[in-house]
Amino acid sequence: MKILVCITHVPDTTSKINFTDSNTKFDTTGVQFIIGPYDDYALARAIELKETSGATVTVLNVGLADTEPTLRKALAIGADDAIRVNAEPTDSFFVAAQIAELAKGAGYDLILMGRESIDYNSGVVHGIVAELLGIPSISPVMKLDIDGTKAKLAREIEGGKEYLEVSLPFVAGCQEPIAEWKIPNMRGIMSARTKPLKVVEPKTVDSGVKLQKFELPPPKGSVKMIPADNVGELVNLLKNEAKVL
Amino acid sequence: MAILVFVESAEGKIKKTSIEAVAYAHALGGPVTAIALGAVDKAELEALGKYGAQKVLHAADEKLNQGVIQAYASVLEKALQDEGADILVLANSSLGTPVAARVATKIGASLASNVVDLPQTSGGFVVKRSIYTGKAFAWVELKNQKKVIGLRKNAAEIKEVGSAAQVTPYAVTLSDADFATHITSSEKATGEVLLPEANIVVSGGRGMKGPEHWGILEELAKTLHAATGCSKPVSDMGWRPHHEHVGQTGVKVAPQLYIAIGISGAIQHLAGVNSSKYIVVINKDPEAPFFKAADYGIVGDAFEIIPKLTEAIKAAK
Repeated sequence: MKILVCITHVPDTTSKINFTDSNTKFDTTGVQFIIGPYDDYALARAIELKETSGATVTVLNVGLADTEPTLRKALAIGADDAIRVNAEPTDSFFVAAQIAELAKGAGYDLILMGRESIDYNSGVVHGIVAELLGIPSISPVMKLDIDGTKAKLAREIEGGKEYLEVSLPFVAGCQEPIAEWKIPNMRGIMSARTKPLKVVEPKTVDSGVKLQKFELPPPKGSVKMIPADNVGELVNLLKNEAKVL
Repeated sequence: MAILVFVESAEGKIKKTSIEAVAYAHALGGPVTAIALGAVDKAELEALGKYGAQKVLHAADEKLNQGVIQAYASVLEKALQDEGADILVLANSSLGTPVAARVATKIGASLASNVVDLPQTSGGFVVKRSIYTGKAFAWVELKNQKKVIGLRKNAAEIKEVGSAAQVTPYAVTLSDADFATHITSSEKATGEVLLPEANIVVSGGRGMKGPEHWGILEELAKTLHAATGCSKPVSDMGWRPHHEHVGQTGVKVAPQLYIAIGISGAIQHLAGVNSSKYIVVINKDPEAPFFKAADYGIVGDAFEIIPKLTEAIKAAK
């Protein structure tokens, strides 16, 4: 079985977000970059499938050279090889088109990624990739089991879960608790240095969207503290000041 | 600029976020057609006229009673064509978002999800999207004639602008390929206020000390007609189901009022709630970081405060 895992290179979840160049560029000063948390779940499940049924796992990132440490980390976690599409991941359609281009005819049985990236939060890349390849897409997937050429999945829906069956190949957007995150061990880190990392140039794509500028939300006002023995005052404020009751 | 709105339903009732999508389309100004798939109450569909739909299509084929992503995308592609609509508006959800991705790809549309407000149209069609899990926004121009717009909760205000609409049955031709994914079963909480739809959310954290104490929190939620949520540790420990987990890797909520009880306010939790209009924090630790993100705070014992709060709200109604 051949598995493609698409990962994003995103700011750590604790990062403070700032912009430069009159709000047109993300400010990377002091920011730690990580494998997208949802992508990390997808990768962990792919590695589990590799361990139980002998799959090969390729990781893919659309990004400039500074994202290579993130790809190396995925190799250290257990992926066999890596591909980097040498381009700024400007929008969902652009990224999805690059993934589909590489996956076309490459014979992947399973294409896994996170349900969404935690920077652009679009949640649409898996759907676009699947539509471009003409195969099913399922997201957000919280359970994935493979039995021969068929898969059984659980997908989270509002207020519950849905159970599905589908034949390979397909695309899945993953989330917890599909697998436990894996931390690379020393042997993994050593072997990651010599695993193949291929760089390919992007395909030209007109995605029909163009970023104009970023904006930060207005700062939060200060908190109004209410004594614990006067909850009536809280109700009064919610009713008459906030007008939410 | 004809607009098609995909409306979702739960237990036969149109979701509030889908009514917001109709209101959004109405505010955009084009003739608005709403389309519902699968079983929905007829009166609910007619009522969409009040919020701005001139026309309501209902594809009642029972195969569409389950939300199959590919089948829904095929139906919407056809409906856009039949209606001569260039814009599709829908609410972001576990169904709406993946469907939007496929439809946009099929028709070559500019796609934006997580849109939080009406567009600016003075120079092009520019939408405001929520990014970095609620920590920032991006203004994005949708350049193509065709557009697919996925909305986050509260992107438009629901107003009564018309009267009941006529519901037209919409016949669909479905292929086997549309049902390549087979939904075998589902489990769903019934009769509860759904977390992503709720105007008020009451959430509990580790400070609740165990699942057996959720009764008082549920009582408060019931009094407020609120949904219940929880922090990540609470869902990780299995005190509450995963679909109640609010935060960076869980549900992102945008209610009018978010009440956090016994939650310290880790940045990953705040990422899921920072779009709330008002935040109330109740915590015994005065140093809990959540107070910095709150509008109102109470330092004290949750087990004493919650029942009192429930009583005070009942009395104020």
